[in-house]
Amino acid sequence: MTPSYQQPTARGYYGEFGGAFIPEMLYPNVEELRTRYLDILADPDFQAELQLLLRDYVGRPTPLFEAKRLSERYGTRVFLKREDLCHTGAHKINNTVGQILLAKRLGKTRIIAETGAGQHGVATATVCALMGLPCVVYMGAVDIERQAPNVARMRLLGAEVRRAESGSQTLKDATNEAIRDWISNPVDTHYIIGSVVGPHPYPDLVARLQAVISEEMRAQLLEKTGSELPNFVVACVGGGSNAAGAFYHFLDEPSVRLIAVEAAGHGIHSGHSAATSVLGTPGIIHGSRTLLMQDEHGQITEPYSLSAGLDYPGIGPLHAHLGASGRAEFVSITDDEALKAVSELSRLEGIIPALETAHALSALGQIGAGPDDVVVVNLSGRGDKDLETYLKNMDKLV
Amino acid sequence: MDRIKQAFASKQNLLNMYYTAGYPSLHDTLPLAKALVGAGADILEIGMPFSDPLADGPVIQRSSSAALANGMNLPVLFGQLQELRAAVPETPVLLMGYLNPVLQFGVEVFLQKAAEVGVDGLILPDLPLDEYEEMYHPMFQKYGLKAVFLITPQTSEARIRRLDALSDAFLYLVSGPGTTGGTTLPDVEAQKEYFERIAAMNLKTPRLIGFGIADKTGFDRACGHADGAIIGSALIRALEDTDDAPATAARFVQAIKQA
Repeated sequence: MTPSYQQPTARGYYGEFGGAFIPEMLYPNVEELRTRYLDILADPDFQAELQLLLRDYVGRPTPLFEAKRLSERYGTRVFLKREDLCHTGAHKINNTVGQILLAKRLGKTRIIAETGAGQHGVATATVCALMGLPCVVYMGAVDIERQAPNVARMRLLGAEVRRAESGSQTLKDATNEAIRDWISNPVDTHYIIGSVVGPHPYPDLVARLQAVISEEMRAQLLEKTGSELPNFVVACVGGGSNAAGAFYHFLDEPSVRLIAVEAAGHGIHSGHSAATSVLGTPGIIHGSRTLLMQDEHGQITEPYSLSAGLDYPGIGPLHAHLGASGRAEFVSITDDEALKAVSELSRLEGIIPALETAHALSALGQIGAGPDDVVVVNLSGRGDKDLETYLKNMDKLV
Repeated sequence: MDRIKQAFASKQNLLNMYYTAGYPSLHDTLPLAKALVGAGADILEIGMPFSDPLADGPVIQRSSSAALANGMNLPVLFGQLQELRAAVPETPVLLMGYLNPVLQFGVEVFLQKAAEVGVDGLILPDLPLDEYEEMYHPMFQKYGLKAVFLITPQTSEARIRRLDALSDAFLYLVSGPGTTGGTTLPDVEAQKEYFERIAAMNLKTPRLIGFGIADKTGFDRACGHADGAIIGSALIRALEDTDDAPATAARFVQAIKQA
């Protein structure tokens, strides 16, 4: 039997990627999480509470919508997994609902998070409000500017938004600051990481909490197509949480082609890109050995994408392994291509996608799906937060 | 000769001074080593700048960014360190830094170069203990390099025992929760309890206390609980607005070492 792609090793490795490269100051926290997360996730009371919240608060299951006009446009059968209909407007809340319940069982009384596009920050602030826990969200100063509506949402929800002023002042730096906060508050605080990144067990924990996406897809596909298995699953990858969730229950189904879509920014080799699978080399970022964008001396370089949710210089170790092993195929989409996909979905299906999600949609033209193929695109988020960006780029949208 | 062992055997109240290589200017690395040792520093800890130093506070982050902008990298650093033993013949010297630049340079060639220029030990805070034990320890031994491990108030007794058994240099007692250069005064009583708890363990390895120690008062207090202390951010802060980094560094150390 071939080993499962789903499970990392006991030390958190997917192939050669993963692990926990953390300073001693983080060790007790991460170790506590590592030794307890599987038991907590398996606990029937935890599951009952989680399932209830996913249904009545998040709004799950999210629909699987057959996008007929988009299907006609690409000459294949396209289904959209409507994560954009989740409470707060993206898949991110699947993870934060699970982690806040976990944090409570660990006896934590304070929550921190990092955010790029602000979706994870909003999803964290939301569950903290729900549970009455104080919440601090770190966000790069640049992202605070370009994602103003989400900053306002977090504040309205009672969270404190702290500016990360170092480096490129985006997601990477917000993550650094969140980790430093955790070092300074090792006893009472739980760090809700928003993606399948960071030291073990975070990539596995977040993947398991997002796996509900593909679990639902299988049941919905069976009902709509007569088979649980599609031919393609397409998802965008920054750190890779929505892709991990969309791929999870198909990872060990080799007939399903998994398409991970990265942000090429101005173009892969333009010097302004976030296409980590192409530009990255193995190294360590945020406690994990994975592919990351770095210079010849191992200094982490600044990624670029118009999309604040995709400009992370690494990818989760699961995705690095899926790429290296050939299990997933990586595609890169430029800013302009993504913007085109925004207007296409808006006009063909009446759905305004998030800019991150638009990268996945744009890949529809590149995967070579035929008329008999079933393609599921994970519609990870809605576009409300990006309206300002869309307004600024109206010339590229029409 | 084991310079680290020698230092702990022959002296008390050791002052370990940290500074970032290539800061404030690219070629300050060796002049600072000389000045610090000349003024009374007992151990030097030279920081290898990294773009994303997770365990460091804003002061060392700033110095790291500045050093990288000055052009510092491992090939340049090892070039400068060719003259290390001409500048400071007897003093134990440690390199401190994050794992990623070391991995890109190549672990074995890094260890070889470090040994070649006369470095005594390494502090790599994000190197996991399991990986050190299985893969790195034999290589460290091959090149005669010592490993320094960190301990925090949350580190379990079992893990402290394991670190003590593995260490052949000294244990770095992180004074409280937080990154380097923390400005909030830690709870003195809780801190005392922690230091005394570690002291009572009768570890075989000497101990230095670091993080948040900025002046003579802090240094003297730390020396009451361990074999000495480590100061970094406070020196970097002093170097931020000076035209004469070596002279400023020397004055900084003199102020701490004065009787």
